[in-house]
Amino acid sequence: MGTRATGSAGSSGSRVRAAIAAVGDWAAAGLKQVGDRVRFVGGVSQLFNETSKWCFRGMFLPGHKVGWRSLVAQTVRVGVLAIPIVVIVQVFIGVILALQLAPTLERYGQMERIADVVGIAIFRELGPLITAIVLSGFAGASIAAELGAMVESEEIKALRAHALNPIRFLVIPRFLATVLMLTGLTVIADIVGVLGGFGTGVLVLGVSPSAYLSATREALVMKDFLTGLFKAGVFGVLISMIACYEGLTVTGGAVGVGRATTATVVKSIVALIATDAVFTAVFYVWEL
Amino acid sequence: MTGIVSNAQVVISVVDLAKSFEDAEGNPVYVLDGVTFDVLRGETLVIMGGSGCGKSTLLNCLIGEYDINAGKIAYRTKGMDAAVNIAGMNERKLNGIRKRIGILFQSGALFNSLTVSENVALPLQEHSYVDRSIIDIVVTLKLQQVKMLGHRDKFPGQLSGGQKKRVGLARATALDPEILFYDEPSAGLDPVTSTAIDELMMDLSKKLQVTSVVVTHEMDSAFRIADRMIMLEHGRVLKLGRREEFEALRDAKPQELNTDTERLIHQFLTGANQGPLTDTDGMSEFEKLIVSG
Ligand SMILES: Nc1ncnc2c1ncn2[C@@H]1O[C@H](COP(=O)(O)OP(=O)(O)O)[C@@H](O)[C@H]1O
Ligand SMILES: [Mg+2]
Repeated sequence: MGTRATGSAGSSGSRVRAAIAAVGDWAAAGLKQVGDRVRFVGGVSQLFNETSKWCFRGMFLPGHKVGWRSLVAQTVRVGVLAIPIVVIVQVFIGVILALQLAPTLERYGQMERIADVVGIAIFRELGPLITAIVLSGFAGASIAAELGAMVESEEIKALRAHALNPIRFLVIPRFLATVLMLTGLTVIADIVGVLGGFGTGVLVLGVSPSAYLSATREALVMKDFLTGLFKAGVFGVLISMIACYEGLTVTGGAVGVGRATTATVVKSIVALIATDAVFTAVFYVWEL
Repeated sequence: MTGIVSNAQVVISVVDLAKSFEDAEGNPVYVLDGVTFDVLRGETLVIMGGSGCGKSTLLNCLIGEYDINAGKIAYRTKGMDAAVNIAGMNERKLNGIRKRIGILFQSGALFNSLTVSENVALPLQEHSYVDRSIIDIVVTLKLQQVKMLGHRDKFPGQLSGGQKKRVGLARATALDPEILFYDEPSAGLDPVTSTAIDELMMDLSKKLQVTSVVVTHEMDSAFRIADRMIMLEHGRVLKLGRREEFEALRDAKPQELNTDTERLIHQFLTGANQGPLTDTDGMSEFEKLIVSG
């Protein structure tokens, strides 16, 4: 009896200890994750700070000019090549929105209101957001992979060894190209998305073209367009900074480069949607 | 060991250098510990040691790429009144010194998005305030020196390993540096190309009076180019001396070797598979039996 009692006390004691240890491990792992997140946000912010400084110097100080050739090359790579994908995706978004809304609006006998909803949803929200998500996969991942490969082949080290700043030479062109092109692509996305809705409304849902266009014109005001573009610019900052940070901090060879591309896409999408939610809330409160 | 040298002859003075990396748990692992040596003006100093002993790490510390944990790395390039310690130096001051030195990285480290001639031109464009036409002339000269002029419009991706290193050397010498660092210049090259690179290095050091610091574990090449040599082992300087001293150790008969250090260096230089470097601690009884015959 005695031995049994001790035995069971002992095993329940060790079970408690195991449970405490498990909670401890879990807490430690949690803390480490929080630490990693904080380090990531800190690192990206620091990179943005440095990038802004070099942009400023490039604009106002002699001898710090941004290389136009590499800016043009990056613009083509980031933006121009993404145009077909953005066009296809946004046309489909327009079609989907129109078809999804049609039954509800038909019930209220307000079919031509499709133009309002599609227009506002695309200009304010889906134009910039979906384009940014496409670009985080299209440009963000390739920027991270390219910079990561440059870290691995000692190119970044070589730049520094020649007293050349990697942020000025590599980050600035990618940063400017992404911000510019995401803004530009959003304009294209807005137009194409509305055309997708227009096509669906006119060809499938039987709304008259003139009614659709005049409804769109009435519904949309300048601020819808401008808030969308503003968001696109910020999204461009987010994607380029996350991609450059992930690329420049690659360790561990080809595996590390792969990890950086995945991390760039995942972190960009989370950051984009979280930032979008904040913007939408702020615009709502300020009635923008 | 090396005699008394006047301060004016010392270009780089390394004192008690320590460098650690963090392991997976965040604990420091010392790769270099208490490394002390001088680099003299105009000499070719070869740093040897087994792989993983910290040669590349040492080179990265010397060029200011790594922050060091302790010690001093003092540079005294031409025109400096006193030596300056680069440990903890800010980027802008460090860049002043970096413009005086050239580095040939292990893989060449060419900028892949630029052509051969653009690679060589970049440091000139950024750091010398000369005309485009003069830069073109300098680039041509530098590429001629490494026999790569015929490849000037190619991209690094179209070059072989040896060709990349040659272009890397042309780029490293673009600003006529006082000190050249080489990380494994002959690694991964065939013997002929490797000899050609060695000859290029000696040429540069003679013609331009550059001070060279060369990391290598290729013994033939080391003995060909060195004035003085350093043997690193487990992050410490095992021996620093003139080439002749190392040659004597290499050619010594086993019974002429008096200390463990000498036996270890002898084994490293000759590549023998028996000696203090062949560690028997981690072996099973069976393996020890086989080794001891
Ligand atoms: N960035 C780093 N992070 C962690 N450990 C490193 C790093 N660089 C080198 N090491 C370790 O330091 C030791 C020396 O490396 P290295 O200087 O590259 O050796 P060598 O060039 O002599 O072959 C090795 O054990 C290596 O694993
Ligand atoms: Mg090495």
